[in-house]
Amino acid sequence: MSILNIKNLSFSYDKQNVLENINLSINEKDFLAIIGPNGGGKSTLLKAILGLVKVKKGSINILNSKPEKNLSKIGYVPQNTNVNINFPIKVIEVVMMGHVGHKRPLIGYKKEEIACAMGALEQVGMSKFADKKIGSLSGGQRQRVMIARALCAHPQILLLDEPTASIDVDGQKQIYDLLKVLNESITVIVVSHDISVILGYASKVAHINKNLTFHDISNKKNNIPNSDTHFCEVEMLELLGTKIDKVHTGGNCKC
Amino acid sequence: MLEALSFEFMQNALIAGLLVSFASGIIGSLIVVNRMVFLAGGVAHTSYGGIGLAIYFGLPIFLGASIFSVSAALLMAYLTLNQRERIDIFIGLIWAVGMAIGIIFVDLTPGYNVDLMSYLFGSILAVSSDDLYYIGILLTFIIGIVTFFYRDILAVSYDSEYAILRGINVKLFYTLILVLSALTVVIAIKVVGLILVIALLTIPIYIAEKLSNSLYGMMIVSSLLSSFFTILGLFFSYTYDLTSGATIIMVSAISLFIFLIINKIR
Repeated sequence: MSILNIKNLSFSYDKQNVLENINLSINEKDFLAIIGPNGGGKSTLLKAILGLVKVKKGSINILNSKPEKNLSKIGYVPQNTNVNINFPIKVIEVVMMGHVGHKRPLIGYKKEEIACAMGALEQVGMSKFADKKIGSLSGGQRQRVMIARALCAHPQILLLDEPTASIDVDGQKQIYDLLKVLNESITVIVVSHDISVILGYASKVAHINKNLTFHDISNKKNNIPNSDTHFCEVEMLELLGTKIDKVHTGGNCKC
Repeated sequence: MLEALSFEFMQNALIAGLLVSFASGIIGSLIVVNRMVFLAGGVAHTSYGGIGLAIYFGLPIFLGASIFSVSAALLMAYLTLNQRERIDIFIGLIWAVGMAIGIIFVDLTPGYNVDLMSYLFGSILAVSSDDLYYIGILLTFIIGIVTFFYRDILAVSYDSEYAILRGINVKLFYTLILVLSALTVVIAIKVVGLILVIALLTIPIYIAEKLSNSLYGMMIVSSLLSSFFTILGLFFSYTYDLTSGATIIMVSAISLFIFLIINKIR
């Protein structure tokens, strides 16, 4: 079943076109990697899916309705988790921000909300750190907390923007292994520069540079080396270029 | 010091000092975590325009300054929400124009001879019972807002983009924090004066930030620290006949210095 459906989406800042005629359909439990050069429109597409920028041309549907109507269905992990690290806030409080506050109590948080947040921390293996100050964690640990925050509202789609940008290689693998486990029950969309790592986990790949080029690599896993660590990207690009069926290509696939 | 407490003005000064310490501890924490210190400085100096207007039209000073600085805070919120990248220009502009308006209206007031210095350095020893009521009501209001909307304020302060995604009205709470800051600044002017108000809104807060691992902890710790600095400052001010506002700030600054040294050594 299609969970995210983008049709004929175009977007421009002032007069500069950032996205042109994007079409994308993602099914439940897909693992989509969005790759592409800087300034190619990856972040803009992400913001459009989240409803943070107003879409004028084309449409985005999540479970057949507008993104704004489905806030609790989307879990979002922002790019830079190193901002505000001096902020006096406990890990558990960060996670509880993930709740959509409709049925909130008059003061503070409900017991169920706290239990739910602890559950989310458990899922990412960070429950021991619940009462620690967020600034005292490492980059990788903080990233897990942000994933827990996104999981807090039990989303059906998990969107991550460059989740491993500031994390060492071991930490990166842990994050992706975690995403792989989560992917057993929810749809995962990851924006990443780190093509070599992400391709080991993704089932679909969207290359964005104004236009979108789509690859379904779910059946081609065997062709790609098991990418626990980095490997030669040139080799991999050759693999992708020759062995992967081009679905929906705009004819100018560079990835 | 103890015999001084038998004077009503001294009792009022102490109560006012404590009330303002709690207000500035809570609001100062919000200002610091939201990185609005310069913004609050702008609002503080703009309120001088309100003081000038109040003197000219014969209104109560608190009322005039409150209305004026809340208006300035609303304007500032409107401008900065729409053009965040130009925020420093707007702050500088409102800061200067507000003060200029104040000075001109004081000039225009016929036969005006009130000591202007009292607004620059505070006049905690001249706090009236009416002032205490005003400060008390404001503090109650601040505590009420922060208690009921704690989770929203926390979410907006920590990660405003994420707060939008959780359906929180970020613009409303941003504006609310600015308006509360404006009101707190006005009452703090009475205690430490216009020039020193920013010190009261930052020094105890900075120490508290290092000592706490939650926002409400930071608010409580900074309120207690402010109270301590205010009482100690008043004591030195009375004993050595020094300007109270400046003495309170010096006590805070020296404490911060000692704190930083101890922190380094550990």
